[in-house]
Amino acid sequence: MSTQVAIELKNITKTFGSVVANKDINLTVNRGEILSILGENGSGKTTLMNMISGIYFPDHGQIFVDGKEVVIRSPKDAFDLKIGMIHQHFKLVDVFSAAENIVLGYDDGKFNMKKSTAKIQKILDRYGFELDLNKKIYQMSVSEKQTVEIVKVLYRGADILILDEPTAVLTPQETEKLFNVLRNMRRDDKSIIIITHKLNEVMEISDKVAVLRKGEYIGTVNTSETTESVLTEMMVGKKIDLNIERTEVENKEDRLIVNNMCYVNRDGVKVLNHVSFTAKSGEILGIAGIAGSGQRELLESIAGLRHLTHGSILYNNAKTGKQDNLRDKTPVQIRELGIRLSFVPEDRLGMGLVGNMDIVDNMMLRSYKKGKTAFLEKKEPRDLAEKIIDELEVVTPSVNTPVRRLSGGNVQKVLVGREIAASPTVLMAAYPVRGLDINSSYLIYNLLNEQKQKGVAVIFVGEDLDVLLELCDRIVVISSGQISDIVDARTATKEQLGLLMTKSKGDSDDDK
Amino acid sequence: MTNNPSKVHEPLFHIIKRTAMPKWQSWIVRIVSVLAALIVCGVVTVLLTGEDPIQVYVKMVEGAIGTERRIWTLAQNTAMLLCVALAVTPAFKMKFWNIGAEGQVLAGGLASAACMIFLNDKLSPVLLILVMLVVSVAAGAIWGLIPAFFKAHWNTNETLFTLMMNYIAMCIVSYFSYEWSVPKGSGHIGVINDATEAGWLPSIGGKAYLCNILVVAALTAFMYVYLKYSKHGYEISVVGESENTAKYIGINVKKVILRTMLLSGALCGIAGFLLVSGTDHTVNRDTAGGRGFTAIMVSWLAKFDPLYMILTSLLIVFLQRGAGEISTSFGLNDSFSEIITGIIIFFIIGGEFFVNYQLKFREKEANK
Repeated sequence: MSTQVAIELKNITKTFGSVVANKDINLTVNRGEILSILGENGSGKTTLMNMISGIYFPDHGQIFVDGKEVVIRSPKDAFDLKIGMIHQHFKLVDVFSAAENIVLGYDDGKFNMKKSTAKIQKILDRYGFELDLNKKIYQMSVSEKQTVEIVKVLYRGADILILDEPTAVLTPQETEKLFNVLRNMRRDDKSIIIITHKLNEVMEISDKVAVLRKGEYIGTVNTSETTESVLTEMMVGKKIDLNIERTEVENKEDRLIVNNMCYVNRDGVKVLNHVSFTAKSGEILGIAGIAGSGQRELLESIAGLRHLTHGSILYNNAKTGKQDNLRDKTPVQIRELGIRLSFVPEDRLGMGLVGNMDIVDNMMLRSYKKGKTAFLEKKEPRDLAEKIIDELEVVTPSVNTPVRRLSGGNVQKVLVGREIAASPTVLMAAYPVRGLDINSSYLIYNLLNEQKQKGVAVIFVGEDLDVLLELCDRIVVISSGQISDIVDARTATKEQLGLLMTKSKGDSDDDK
Repeated sequence: MTNNPSKVHEPLFHIIKRTAMPKWQSWIVRIVSVLAALIVCGVVTVLLTGEDPIQVYVKMVEGAIGTERRIWTLAQNTAMLLCVALAVTPAFKMKFWNIGAEGQVLAGGLASAACMIFLNDKLSPVLLILVMLVVSVAAGAIWGLIPAFFKAHWNTNETLFTLMMNYIAMCIVSYFSYEWSVPKGSGHIGVINDATEAGWLPSIGGKAYLCNILVVAALTAFMYVYLKYSKHGYEISVVGESENTAKYIGINVKKVILRTMLLSGALCGIAGFLLVSGTDHTVNRDTAGGRGFTAIMVSWLAKFDPLYMILTSLLIVFLQRGAGEISTSFGLNDSFSEIITGIIIFFIIGGEFFVNYQLKFREKEANK
């Protein structure tokens, strides 16, 4: 194997506003080598790759290709340097065939479909792809579409390929096929960078692993000299003491019982696969998992926004002693049952709040129907808005400021404040501290803790494992729509969670 | 390491969305846009025709408000344009692109005309007008409801759908123009009930159009309250801003779409009724006269606020009437007045760009 350096990154830094997405990253990839980039969500993997492929421009640092410093301003610059990226979301024209998509937008002299097709076929044979070039994209499976994307990049002569979570959408068999192709490319002296968080795949395919954590570069190790547990530790880091107060509440009751919940999304993908757990009053139940493992669908199903294909959601009403099944009920029907279910969704301005409306109007979202007349009653929401601004120290010019103009932390205070004001019995919060500064984050933790002490069943979806371990009582770990385990947060360790989260589909899948 | 990050090749300027612009500042931008438009129009006038631009503007104003009759025509046209603009506003606020107001107005107008022709001697004058109103509202509402139903249930594209419905309405009107034509076979309905004036809106104090204007004024007040203070108006805003939020708080999105388009169509129906019963006393393919499309501009320019729409509709009608006068008195063809109107509207809309965005030029690295 040659040791010629294909691409080298030196001290690459990128910030978005006050958020540091990448800080002083150094990477080297040789010819004929597969490098895995490993990291939790939000560790900056995709941002880094977007800088190599010309979508973002770094604030600082240098990029060298074949030993020469380069400036990559656009995807075209990247192509000219023979760098190609295969994105997580495919960018293909549905009504075109595979071959048409591959040649689309690439100018290599006179357009001659026959000649081009022959050239594509050569690439297919060389690396062992299986692809029908005349098939239209809309008739293709996810794996075939991915193949088209890869061939498209190779057709443009890429020597450095970046794949963003290529296996996330594949079955184990398809993954195996992809890996074989990648190995063929490595043999052909191509350099491959693959973004992933599945440890077993990292071990299987890559030569080197670079680990990122919270935007920082932790290090690069040779796959042959490391183990899964070492990598997990690099990825999640040492446990940090956060000093979040955790009390034990007496007289817990089973509040919400989720049984065998299954959900299939519009694309026919099984997003939730027989999920069962119980949320108790006076307890914070954490949900840990790689983003997109089904957390969103789980909460939205409970909130009455999605229709399950299987299972039940039982709610024990402490006041009436009755048990209600919330499955297939709309948010209004749930409220009519006298169930006070509050939900802080992950998409704050796209779902929880209306960005162009002011704080008062946003307060009304849940309660605007109050009153018998056809007109809005603005006094109560105005009082509530003022109370929340006062108590949660929301920084805003006035109650009439559109919420989209507030900073992220203040937006979240408005949302959480409103949801808590409804004095819920169940409070669900998805990534409530994402993008927030330390002080705002702690304010949110304290609010959740207060609710727990009041006997609310709190469900907290988080991404920071340290926080989950310190804040929650129990943690449900979810991986690819299945529960890998439910652990006691007081005794569990980060490494244990990390391993449970990265357990891949193939390990326990029973129906694929 | 060569520390040279400024080798970064940034574009010359960025376009940045403004967070907010104070009201007075945004009005200055708008006034400057209109002034700039007038200057450019003046230059264009001199270059193309050699006329004195000041003279042209004087004629323009005269054409719009030169005589009492012209003022009434201006007010009537403004009221009708405003009425259609009020009709499309709830739909646009909901981000339902109803470009079918033209057809909805025609449906209402045709229904009115039908009542006038067939019920003229069967009902008392007051009852006839009431029946006409109800039937026109129903016709407009149905014309608006059909695309809404398909949108709500199968998510069809409402833009194409409402556009197509326009052509259907036009063809139906053409058919009946022939069927009911006087004399038979001429293809023109002509003034209906010219002798009895049955189904004509009465003139108030000798002013033929005052009735139309009063109805539209009442509708303006109603829509202002409806959009701003009612629960329905709130639901329309939420659905328009974010369907996900609407679902999250349990708004029945389908119901809101249907209800809002029912209202939008019904108001168009009223516009059709007013045009036939109050203004034209007949119906033909051009009864709506492109107002269904111009109204969209009126509504957008006013940011969907019914009170501002009074201003924007007045502005557009003023330009149309004034430009028309220029063409006739200077012996120019119609295209010239359209050029003038086009330039002015272009500048007004362009001004909105500077209200919402700012240009930020690249800082000179050399100075650092």
